[in-house]
Amino acid sequence: MSAASAEGAEAWETVVGLEVHCELRTATKLFCGCPNRFGQEPNTQICPVCTGQPGSLPVLNRMAVEMAMRIGLALHCRIEPSIFHRKNYFYPDMPKDYQVSQYDQPINIDGWLELPSGGRIGVERAHLEEDTGKITHVGGAGRIHDASHSLIDYNRAGVPLVEIVSRPDIRSAVQARDYVAELRSILVATGASDGKMEEGSLRVDANVSVRPRGSTDFGTRCEIKNLNSLRSLVRAIDYEAARQIEVLTDGGRIILETRHWDEAGGRTTSGRTKEQSEDYRYFPEPDLVPVAPDAGWRGRVEASMPVLPAARRSRLAEATGAPGDDIAVLVETGLDELVLAAVAAGADARTAVNRATNEVAGALEDGPPPPAESFARLVKMETEGALTATQAKTVLADMLRHGGDPEELARKRGFEALASDALADAVSAVIEANPAEWERFKAGEAKVAGFFVGQVMKATKGNADGGAVTAELRKRAGL
Amino acid sequence: MAHLARLTLTPEEIERFTAQLAAVLGHADDVAALDLAGVEPTAHPLPLINVLREDEVRPCLDRDEVMAQAPAAEDGRFRVPRILGEAP
Amino acid sequence: MTPGAPGAGRTALATAAAVRSGRLKAAEVLEEHLAAIRARETELHAFNLVLEDRARAEAAGVDEAVAAGRDPGRLAGITVALKDNLCTRGVETTCSSRILEGWRPPYDATVVTRLRQEGAVVVGKTNLDEFAMGSSTENSAFGPTRNPHDPTRVPGGSSGGSAAAVAAGFAGLALGSDTGGSIRQPAALCGVVGLKPTYGLVSRYGLIAFASSLDQIGPFAGTVADAALLLEVIAGHDPMDSTSLDAPPPSLLEGLDGGVEGLRVGIVSELMNGVEPTAAAAVEAAAGALSAAGAKVDRVSVPAAIYGLSAYYLIAPAEASSNLARYDGVRYGLRAEAPGGSADVAAMFAATRAAGFGDEVKRRIMLGTYALSAGYYDAYYGQAQRVRTLIIRDFDAAYRSSDVLLSPTTPGPAFELEAKTSDPLAMYLSDVCTIPTNLAGHPAVTVPWWPEGSSLPLGVQVLAPALGEAVMLRAAAAIEAGAPPAPSAPGGGS
Repeated sequence: MSAASAEGAEAWETVVGLEVHCELRTATKLFCGCPNRFGQEPNTQICPVCTGQPGSLPVLNRMAVEMAMRIGLALHCRIEPSIFHRKNYFYPDMPKDYQVSQYDQPINIDGWLELPSGGRIGVERAHLEEDTGKITHVGGAGRIHDASHSLIDYNRAGVPLVEIVSRPDIRSAVQARDYVAELRSILVATGASDGKMEEGSLRVDANVSVRPRGSTDFGTRCEIKNLNSLRSLVRAIDYEAARQIEVLTDGGRIILETRHWDEAGGRTTSGRTKEQSEDYRYFPEPDLVPVAPDAGWRGRVEASMPVLPAARRSRLAEATGAPGDDIAVLVETGLDELVLAAVAAGADARTAVNRATNEVAGALEDGPPPPAESFARLVKMETEGALTATQAKTVLADMLRHGGDPEELARKRGFEALASDALADAVSAVIEANPAEWERFKAGEAKVAGFFVGQVMKATKGNADGGAVTAELRKRAGL
Repeated sequence: MAHLARLTLTPEEIERFTAQLAAVLGHADDVAALDLAGVEPTAHPLPLINVLREDEVRPCLDRDEVMAQAPAAEDGRFRVPRILGEAP
Repeated sequence: MTPGAPGAGRTALATAAAVRSGRLKAAEVLEEHLAAIRARETELHAFNLVLEDRARAEAAGVDEAVAAGRDPGRLAGITVALKDNLCTRGVETTCSSRILEGWRPPYDATVVTRLRQEGAVVVGKTNLDEFAMGSSTENSAFGPTRNPHDPTRVPGGSSGGSAAAVAAGFAGLALGSDTGGSIRQPAALCGVVGLKPTYGLVSRYGLIAFASSLDQIGPFAGTVADAALLLEVIAGHDPMDSTSLDAPPPSLLEGLDGGVEGLRVGIVSELMNGVEPTAAAAVEAAAGALSAAGAKVDRVSVPAAIYGLSAYYLIAPAEASSNLARYDGVRYGLRAEAPGGSADVAAMFAATRAAGFGDEVKRRIMLGTYALSAGYYDAYYGQAQRVRTLIIRDFDAAYRSSDVLLSPTTPGPAFELEAKTSDPLAMYLSDVCTIPTNLAGHPAVTVPWWPEGSSLPLGVQVLAPALGEAVMLRAAAAIEAGAPPAPSAPGGGS
């Protein structure tokens, strides 16, 4: 982008709305009892219903409805009686050449999401629908345009999805990323999703438009489909906003269309114009009946809701007073419980937060965090001076790698947690072993002090604190 | 309309069908003309709600039995000629 | 049952009782029906597929069970013909369409499973109008079925094959499907009993869908009691069908002969208009028989019924256009190539559907697509659903003063082959008496009524409110008892 347009970009505001498709973590598909599992041999998780065999009929999965309700509650939506509609269009990954979805009477409406940095993004709706099969293009490097033919696997067909549609309240690529990251945390917290964007559990479509700063009208938008990493999301939105600004600044028009994000090329390319779009001929699904969760069911779902990220952040902030960034990382990585437990056990909050953020968070890729109880003891050992900061980090690393008690591990390393008795014993032993030098020490000979400290250090393998040894010696000597 | 239904029709068919359908639509217009404001549409003759099933795995179909009925298959998947457009 | 047809004089109930007791072998029963098939099937073409070997194996199984002292089931040894839109695992199910020619379903319809569990012997898959769209079975891609009473005439449709099979003695019972009259109308034209149950009483799982909110599977039989027996076996909740009523299978045989003393019967005025005089006369005569048996007969009005045909021809094609979208050549059935090879999958879709569907199916898909399209939905489909509400309200009002209703089943007797094929609208009018019950989701049954001196049967239709099968069948049994006898020599019979 030229310097001139970079400047001009300030005159423009980016407007983004996001549609996030979330695959639900149910055991079975939305309308049939086939397993909902990723990565299986093609067409081994199919039945008459999800392959659209003539005569087959859908039956709604109770758990999918419950998860949809959880998502609705987590996003502060109203849960409404809802019905299913057929969205009619032809495509080979569609077993019935219509998708069963929700149209004008969806299960969740009118919610919002709070960003960790503050600010709310409106959520227009979060509805249930079924996923399609998977197409593999053969020939032409796997891209659709140069393929010779395509192959279809219906294992994924019928997997339950909740589509979450935000209001166009997002104003930057970074904010979009924060929205998706927080939404992902929320979805994982509700148990509805495993959050694995790389496996397609979460798929994001971005609707991007620009308008002159200060305007309240919406510009023409372009839809960028299937962004499956946060990085792509940010890059695509930045690119697209800049593209639109350049077009408009040059006096052109934005065409309402679907665009494709080209990861390798770092740009969006024109896809299908929305003017030519299908008429989906929505009508209520006659093979299904309405869903109206009663007060009892809602109550049970509400009661079983976990503590959500926003609440966890406030809770941790209150307990530790730690800075916002650390709070965000700890909740994001699920280590807030660990820190809270440590603090409850009497450990120093600041130290607990530091160890968790710096040492534990980074090691989560390699293994689970230590049990809260052991972690709390370790932090206490550090804050009570039994371990130096360096020693504590080493012991913690051992705990993360192999598990085990902090006291055990410290002993193994030779970092004895010198309780005052141990120190006293060590001093007594050295005094006994060196009576002549002891008389000289008691007589006030300063030189000998160094000798005694050295001996005690040797005996305790360096675990004694120099100052503490000297103090003990002087006490014994009556100095 | 033929495109939406993915039916290619010959010009003769189009002409014949148009005339026949026009007659049926004449009757449809009788219905369209009725003043039914305030009448709720009936999607289902009998009022059922909340028909749900438990989230329990049921036996799947044998892939071979299903693929044996496929017009074209390759590597355990259904084979189709190349797809030119993205999904709507 | 057609007099003179093999097994005549023996009802399905009697057959089952005889087989269960060992007096009769299922194998013998089957051979009787297979002989009838051999004699007249070429002429009548009731079947798309006769399952001779399988049926013999099934019959043998029934006889084995009886010999071993095991319960062979309530339908033991009864031969049953299945409309070829009911999925039978591993056995061709075509809907009489080229687009499913040779297709073997990987699963059985729920009703088929229930039949087999009760010892029925499936003798074949019967011909129908393609995808159940039609009123004469002339829309079959495999040639029409002919009326056993007069082979120059249609058997009715869409379940023409099943109706003819029972009428000609090819099977003791049959199953069909009814969306706008497709069981009742052919039953009437073939002189047998045909019943459409309350919507949701019989599972639709495995019934290849035409119009989902209207379709129901139901029995064809020679007598009202036989129809009740078959309905008892197939009815009842099915967890595989979300629109299946959460009700246990009804008890219908018990109380069937309870009589109609004090029963309030209403003849529906709107359905008596525009039908042939003989059809109206049959209804009056049947009403007379009921009256003589102690019923109170009156005229009632269901005003919105006159909009039934128009509403139906918006709702049914609309749902059908969506239900038939799946026939695209990808997963099963016909795949056709565009001339010169398919450049892409879209061309393959279009070529497959052009080659695979017949004219009537294409017409209805177009009509349905139109009724649902943007800008027209509310005026057409949406409006038709409102008409449906009116029809239900008017029926509810009528049932406040009546227990059951009466009407002709069809406007007249069987018409000649090709008499109505060039004018779809004329064909659609065959269903004017049957359609309102589908829209309302109510049950209805047709009882044969042979007008004096006529060689062609008519049907008298008994209608009841939702889940009113028991009272409906009681009235039907009374009409049957008072009905004139069928002529002794059926047209073309052996």
